[in-house]
Amino acid sequence: MKPAPFRYADPGTLDEALAVLSGEGEGAKVLAGGQSLLPLLSMRLAAPTTLVDINRLPGLDTVEATGDGVRVGALVRHAFLLHDDAAARVQPLLARATANVAHAAIRNRGTTVGSIAHADPSGEMTAVLAVTDGSVSVATPSGTSDVSWRDLFVGPLETSLHGPAVVTSAFFPAPPSRSGTAFAEVARRKGDYAVCGAAVVVTVDENRRVTAVRAAYLSVGLVPEVHDLTDAVVGKPVDSADWAAAGALARTLVDPDGDLHASADYRRLLVGALTERTLIAAAAEAAGRSL
Amino acid sequence: MTTKLFGEPVRRREDARLIVGQGRYLDDIGSAALAAAFVRSPHAHARIVGIDADAALDVEGLVAIYAYEDLTGPMAEPLPVLIPHPQLTSPRTGYPLANGEVNHVGEAVVMVVATDRYIAEDACDRIVVTYEELPVVVGVDAAREAEAAVHEEIPDNVAAVHHQETGDVEAALAAAPRTLSFTQYIERSGSIPMEGRGVHARWDADDASLRVYSSTQASTSVRAAIAAKLELSVDRVEVIAPDVGGGFGMKIVHPWPEELLVPMAAIALGQEVKWSEDRREHFISSAHERQQRQEITVGYDDDGRITALDVHVWHDNGAYTPYGIIVPIVTATQLIGPYVIPAYRVKVESVYTNTVIVTPYRGAGRPQGCYAMERTLDRIADALGMDRALVRERNLIQPDQFPYDQHLTFQDGRPVIYDSGDYPGLMAKLKALVGWDDAASLRSAAEARGKLLGIGMAMYVEGTGPGPYEGGHVQVLGSGKVLVSTGLTSQGQGHETVFAQIVASELGVPIEDVEVHTGDTRRFGYAVGTFASRAAVMSGNAVALAARGVREKALRIAADVLEADPGDLEIDDGLVQVKGTPGASIPLRTIAVLSNPLRYAFDEAAKQATQFAIPGSDDKPPVAVGDAPGLEHRDYYSPIRSTFASGAHAAVVEIDPATWEIDVVTYAVVHDCGNVVNPMIVEGQVHGGVAQGVGGALYERMAYDADGQLQNASFMDFLMPFASEVPDVVIDHQQTPSPLNPLGIKGAGEAGVIPGTAAIASAIEDATGRRIASMPIAPSQLYDLMRDENAERTMASAARTTGARA
Repeated sequence: MKPAPFRYADPGTLDEALAVLSGEGEGAKVLAGGQSLLPLLSMRLAAPTTLVDINRLPGLDTVEATGDGVRVGALVRHAFLLHDDAAARVQPLLARATANVAHAAIRNRGTTVGSIAHADPSGEMTAVLAVTDGSVSVATPSGTSDVSWRDLFVGPLETSLHGPAVVTSAFFPAPPSRSGTAFAEVARRKGDYAVCGAAVVVTVDENRRVTAVRAAYLSVGLVPEVHDLTDAVVGKPVDSADWAAAGALARTLVDPDGDLHASADYRRLLVGALTERTLIAAAAEAAGRSL
Repeated sequence: MTTKLFGEPVRRREDARLIVGQGRYLDDIGSAALAAAFVRSPHAHARIVGIDADAALDVEGLVAIYAYEDLTGPMAEPLPVLIPHPQLTSPRTGYPLANGEVNHVGEAVVMVVATDRYIAEDACDRIVVTYEELPVVVGVDAAREAEAAVHEEIPDNVAAVHHQETGDVEAALAAAPRTLSFTQYIERSGSIPMEGRGVHARWDADDASLRVYSSTQASTSVRAAIAAKLELSVDRVEVIAPDVGGGFGMKIVHPWPEELLVPMAAIALGQEVKWSEDRREHFISSAHERQQRQEITVGYDDDGRITALDVHVWHDNGAYTPYGIIVPIVTATQLIGPYVIPAYRVKVESVYTNTVIVTPYRGAGRPQGCYAMERTLDRIADALGMDRALVRERNLIQPDQFPYDQHLTFQDGRPVIYDSGDYPGLMAKLKALVGWDDAASLRSAAEARGKLLGIGMAMYVEGTGPGPYEGGHVQVLGSGKVLVSTGLTSQGQGHETVFAQIVASELGVPIEDVEVHTGDTRRFGYAVGTFASRAAVMSGNAVALAARGVREKALRIAADVLEADPGDLEIDDGLVQVKGTPGASIPLRTIAVLSNPLRYAFDEAAKQATQFAIPGSDDKPPVAVGDAPGLEHRDYYSPIRSTFASGAHAAVVEIDPATWEIDVVTYAVVHDCGNVVNPMIVEGQVHGGVAQGVGGALYERMAYDADGQLQNASFMDFLMPFASEVPDVVIDHQQTPSPLNPLGIKGAGEAGVIPGTAAIASAIEDATGRRIASMPIAPSQLYDLMRDENAERTMASAARTTGARA
């Protein structure tokens, strides 16, 4: 369990990093927190020719919370985001989901943006990016552009980004007004990759009737899945909507695979259970915010 | 009084060192050593057609490559069958490097030695081994069906049929008022120590001697094996177990191929060589345990008393049988636990599969046996509509029946005779501790919270401290330091503390003066090893006897000096004194100096022992006939048979009927290991055992696919419970001393793990009303069971008005 030989670069500027990536071609990988990449290297499941360590790049370690949302820099560790009160006020799902990311030691090194760029469909933050309709900022030699989550995730551990590129930040929009959010997951052990997880947003109108229900799931598909569950409860008073019906709808919308830890049917059961559980919590929050 | 330490919760003296990173583990040794790495079989069963190492020869830093063809003499022969047994009719062992055939994924085929491990792995990657795949056997059922054979010349895959019986079971079953028959399964797990295996070897060509460090549970026997296999005189070989980061049984197996190959390379290359096992290697090339299929028929009466028990077990022993049939024997003989079984017949068929070898893992066959017996009692209770505790109580051996002969032969070849115990006492304490009789109200309270609650219990008897022997050496130095040595090894259990407590108590010295060494053949050449909950019983008694020998000699010398009768002397706090006569005393360290008559005064203290300082008699030699210089003694403890510890566990589980997650909310343990040397260490052993018991019941399994690939060979997918999954453990103690050994102690190392699977299965069954006949069980599997219309429901659940609905 020792990595195959690779070259290592730790550029001091974004331009330098992009130059190294350009020079190395497809064999180069960006290293941020290393919590997913280094085990892959050690097990020789990945053998990049060069690791481009971006930890020295300036200006990527900040969390900016504004009324519109939260922008998380590429070097922000999960633990830092977890404890950022301003970010939690603007987009409560960030702290709620980050608390479920692995264990403290991993959260201390692993980066939120890195886990998104890793595109693991069992990652908490990929689901949060999806349910909030977020995007990432991508720097390439030809300039910087924003890429929506919809265009980013292509498959398990696969994004649409090719060629020299550094994801410099992720942007999580604030939830709509009169809305509530919740996150829950079931893992075999605390801190494990979730067997199934759900991040939800419930929105109500001025009469406290449900107008929108949006749910993202982790570990149920090849990419983070977002489903609109509004039809199950639309127009219902938020205090008495049939959240189990929304859970039942969700079960019909997913098509999970089975693995060592959960059969496909069990995952579908969890989609229903976690949907109902999170929607009840999100609805209560939405109700509180619409008073 | 500083010296009455036996029985006190003395803090573990090794912890400060180990916790702050001052431990010296295998990989801390030999930082400049060459590194070995292995090309291991990617196939579960295949013939080796060719090995092409050409591409590896270009790797800069490569030192040597070895395959089977490079092995000579005894190294080219199969590895030893460590524990032969007449019923092990078809033993098979592998070779240090595969000889033409591989029988499990992970079997070592080629060893590469390079300047570091990275380079060694680079070279391994370039070696091309060509295989011709053979049919694969995975799991006991496939082995039993024998559509394919693991070893061609053993077409039925049966290595051994272990069989014992204590009465006419057929007749007793025929006469039984009631009978039950059922089949159940238990899966594989493994020891999974924090530190894997590892070997470091250094050959001193000028001295013609070999020093080997190995992360082992049996350094003396590793030494003997290395000497035999490498054709060295045993006096030229030293083997030392440094700090060992856990063993839990698998490190008692020896010699591992690597334990022979690394020294072989060190000698051949004239350089230090080291191999440190990585986690994937550990999963696919060390050892596992526990998979069995159990077919059980029990006869019993209307009161729930067992009249006959017939058990047929298929035991998966993996690809080879280096450790013989110890696990089958332990299952067979420990299965019946604390119960009176008038007629018992057990047959264990130990079968080959194309998987990693199965050798003892903490519990060593007992968790399986306990699972068989306790689930049988649960079924009897269910069939009769009786309380599960009451059924057990009606079958328990009573305190006045000891010694109790079960008429079986144990793993040490000695009779299974329970030396002492109070099983009804365990049961009474357990019911009080867990609130057994309040289960109904707990269940109602949980239901109000939307949870299904269940409670289960399991009891066990554990044969501990098997022979043949262990030894101890105690020496008092002129400085006052007391050196204690025993040959068996430590893996973090607290031996340094416990043996120091025993010697300090026996000798009457402050514990701070006592220094303990274990597992080092330079200090103690005769030993068996650390396994079977035997260290405290065996080496504890051995060092106690050695300390008593030292004490006797010290008193004899002191009596001379103080002109007193030895019987009037006592030793306290390192001072020998005449009882009741203050001032008439001499320090033990001075006795140590005087015990060694000297010609040369190398320091101030030594002057006291020189020839012109001692007023000896002119007509006696300075060292009396039959005596020896020095204040030291070596002694051995060899028991006539094992001593039998016992215990009772109960688990309360809560199950979420929305997700079928299973939470162990209470875990209660009543534990009896005779006299307790250190209650804090015993509780720690119990806690660790319970953690592994919970792991085996709810989390851990070796997920082999049909091709013999281990699907979860990493800590990402092999789920050992974290602290967050292990329940708080409540413990009550009972002490029935063993009459068999001087200290009255019984082993405690494995106890905690034994009843976990049985008790938790019982609790889940109680919570859900579904028969649990396969363990471990995960939420996904419980969900399958709950929605299976054909799943067997317990009678107890039918009687309840409320219950689980999937």
